[in-house]
Amino acid sequence: MNDATPSIRLSIGGMSCAGCVATVENALKNVPGVAEAAVNFAEHTATVHGQVPASALIQAVADAGYQAAELRGREAEADKEAAEQAHYRRLKRKTLVAALVAAPLFVGEMLMLFPPLSTPAGRWWGLAAGIATLVVLVYAGGHFFRGAWKSFLAHSANMDTLIALGTGTAWVYSMAVLAFPDAVPSLAQHAYFEAAAVIIALINFGAALELRARGKTSEAIKRLIGLAPRTARVVRDGRELDVPIEEVGLNETLRVRPGEKIPVDGRIVDGRSAIDESMLTGEPLPVEKGVGDEVVGGTLNKTGSFLFQATRVGADTALARIIEMVRRAQSSKPAIGRLADKISAVFVPSVLLVAVLTFLVWFNFGPAPVVSYALVATMTVLIIACPCALGLATPISIMVGVGRAAESGILIRNGEALQQAGRLTAVVLDKTGTVTEGRPAVATLVPAAGWDEARLLAYAAGVEAGSEHPLAAAVVQAAEARQIVLAPAGDFAAVAGHGVRARVDGREVLFGNRKWMDDNGVVLDALPERAAGLAARGETPMYLAVDGRAAGIVGVADPVKDDSRAAIARLHAIGLKVIMITGDNAVTARAVAERVGVDEVLAEVLPEQKADRVAALQARGEIVGMVGDGINDAPALARADVGFAIGTGTDVAIESAAVTLMRGSLHGVPDAIAISKATVRNIKQNLFFAFVYNIVLIPVAAGALYPALKLMLNPMLAGAAMAMSSVTVVSNANRLRWIGRRRDAAEARP
Amino acid sequence: MSLWIVNLAGLLLAAAIVWWFWLSAPRARRAAAGGVIDVLVDGGVYTPARIEVTAAQPVTLRFLRKDPSPCAEKVLFDDLGASADLPVDRQVELTVTPPRAGEYAFTCQMKMYRGTLVAR
Repeated sequence: MNDATPSIRLSIGGMSCAGCVATVENALKNVPGVAEAAVNFAEHTATVHGQVPASALIQAVADAGYQAAELRGREAEADKEAAEQAHYRRLKRKTLVAALVAAPLFVGEMLMLFPPLSTPAGRWWGLAAGIATLVVLVYAGGHFFRGAWKSFLAHSANMDTLIALGTGTAWVYSMAVLAFPDAVPSLAQHAYFEAAAVIIALINFGAALELRARGKTSEAIKRLIGLAPRTARVVRDGRELDVPIEEVGLNETLRVRPGEKIPVDGRIVDGRSAIDESMLTGEPLPVEKGVGDEVVGGTLNKTGSFLFQATRVGADTALARIIEMVRRAQSSKPAIGRLADKISAVFVPSVLLVAVLTFLVWFNFGPAPVVSYALVATMTVLIIACPCALGLATPISIMVGVGRAAESGILIRNGEALQQAGRLTAVVLDKTGTVTEGRPAVATLVPAAGWDEARLLAYAAGVEAGSEHPLAAAVVQAAEARQIVLAPAGDFAAVAGHGVRARVDGREVLFGNRKWMDDNGVVLDALPERAAGLAARGETPMYLAVDGRAAGIVGVADPVKDDSRAAIARLHAIGLKVIMITGDNAVTARAVAERVGVDEVLAEVLPEQKADRVAALQARGEIVGMVGDGINDAPALARADVGFAIGTGTDVAIESAAVTLMRGSLHGVPDAIAISKATVRNIKQNLFFAFVYNIVLIPVAAGALYPALKLMLNPMLAGAAMAMSSVTVVSNANRLRWIGRRRDAAEARP
Repeated sequence: MSLWIVNLAGLLLAAAIVWWFWLSAPRARRAAAGGVIDVLVDGGVYTPARIEVTAAQPVTLRFLRKDPSPCAEKVLFDDLGASADLPVDRQVELTVTPPRAGEYAFTCQMKMYRGTLVAR
């Protein structure tokens, strides 16, 4: 097998006997592009060689009646780190070699230790310096020249072009002075070998520093990758075996002991424990889980030992998908970076033109020796121009900002969302599950005359048993808790935002809000007054009517999240208007609104109208962020300028919104906005620095200060400035890693 | 005399820079519809840097990064919303579909590596 042929590893689920191996192998081998496929029954894995996408292989295995998932270990990240380390060592070596030559040349030149070039001894010295510098250019600077040549052939120019031209010109001119001293005026007989060597040393040094600083920018991804343990304890044939995590198959049973990390996603089949999910969700409190509950790979088992069945492995786990999303977001770019992109595209050829013009201006109008001045100014222009700082300014900040957000359980889909989140003027909060816990419970039962609580609940729960509405579950649970037998219902029909209709014992039963009753002409007697009392306490009153007469009210309360009020206060503190939207009645909504302190309430809004209400706010000139559960509110989240999907744990659909808040707390919204603002500010600082650096220093290098101050920039100083410019941008971006750390630390303190 | 020669040479050089880097394009390589085209990432350039493809048809670019510098570690198709991480010495396939005829740039994050998909 050719080593260069890419290989893909799959976890295979559903293989019960060795006979399955041949079936799966054949299915894989029949996929076009597959050169070789081997299934390991013991490991429940397959290794496939060939030019083929993993998705085609997974589909082929599924078609054969098995399940497959791509396994991507941490090798890729380890390989990347090893390659970066090797590159860093190479840069260090090149810096050292260049510095060993550059330092004596520089010191000798500064202290005028070398004899003048016009003397024979001076020419010998010059020749020796020229050869030593050539070694530096070839060994330590060869990659600049190779890159410049390849770019040139592709009709393109980059930083290599500038460095190669700058240092190459210095060396060629110096050698020409040595070889043909009579061709240049005596005052211009100067060699610039030390400048070429120093510049190469400095730029390699700067690149090494930049590489180091860049390593820190991807720490968030490294930390996420590091969350998954390397091994898992799999139960096979009644025995517990430690196997590498890549060998865990779908549907296999795994054991997790206290203090161990959960290796893959799955469902608990035996035992219970408290699970610390803070590393993924930012939620500091452990979550109690038992049989049937989902567990997520990468989270920490705190107290008990349990068995769970693997439901997602390899690239399918929540952690792998989070990592993938963060990676993709880190590659995206907001609008703010587009101007820099446009300038970057024409930057280097423009600098080449400026360099030619600089030479001509000095040559025509400069003081004697014109060749020396023209050459130094041209070289300095070429060396000081830094397209890298400009190109790095936006992506490096996005990379750190998105990574920092992910560490707090905030997943930002792309750079555009990151930029928009900082510009919001209003935030619309869905009530249920966002401001409140989203776990409604029956709080009050008000039977009408001739009814009692048990019968009221039996009817209400009977008709709601077929509904998927969140309030329905509360009614059914209340009936079950009281061990009330549900009235058997038929002909069930639900009208979104209103209520349900069903038949019980041949009687027509309606259960829903006041509008539902009014629309159906139900006689409510004095019940609305009682309902108003419940609503004023923040309960949602739902009426039950049988054969057109009210049978009673079921009051359901959904407790407000502990920290909603504080989070909304933080949104106010940053100048945002906070609006709560709900399908609930106005009185209940206002009661909740007063408790948490929102500015405006939009009540009795049907699910399909939420997007329109968001659009209406936008028409008023607001830049709107919508916060909801990401499932029922999907159209409103999509309509908003930034949609925030809020979920508890990893249940939330992580790709449903521009921003996903993995922690159930509303604090995620101001946190995301703070990170967004800090990142955009950081990008602006970087862009400002990169623009000012180039706009100010290129003219200075060209000699703009000479007429007034007789000041010219030394090309070696230009090399130092250029080497440090990228490092400055990367270091500034790295500051983003510390946003909000103090608040997090304060919250973590008991 | 030498003054004129130097000035003329300088102006010609400036004109050559404008022509070579802005007005003329590298030769394009044509990708078969639905085919795979290899792109080498090295020395500051994608080779080939200009690829002709059929509009509204998926095309798979198989990148092989040789340049260890971090500048080359990502390839982005901003207009097509696609990107890929490019580990050194590993082939990485990326399938994109240019929706209509036109030019679609693909670049590194810093826009120093630049290539163009020309959809016809």
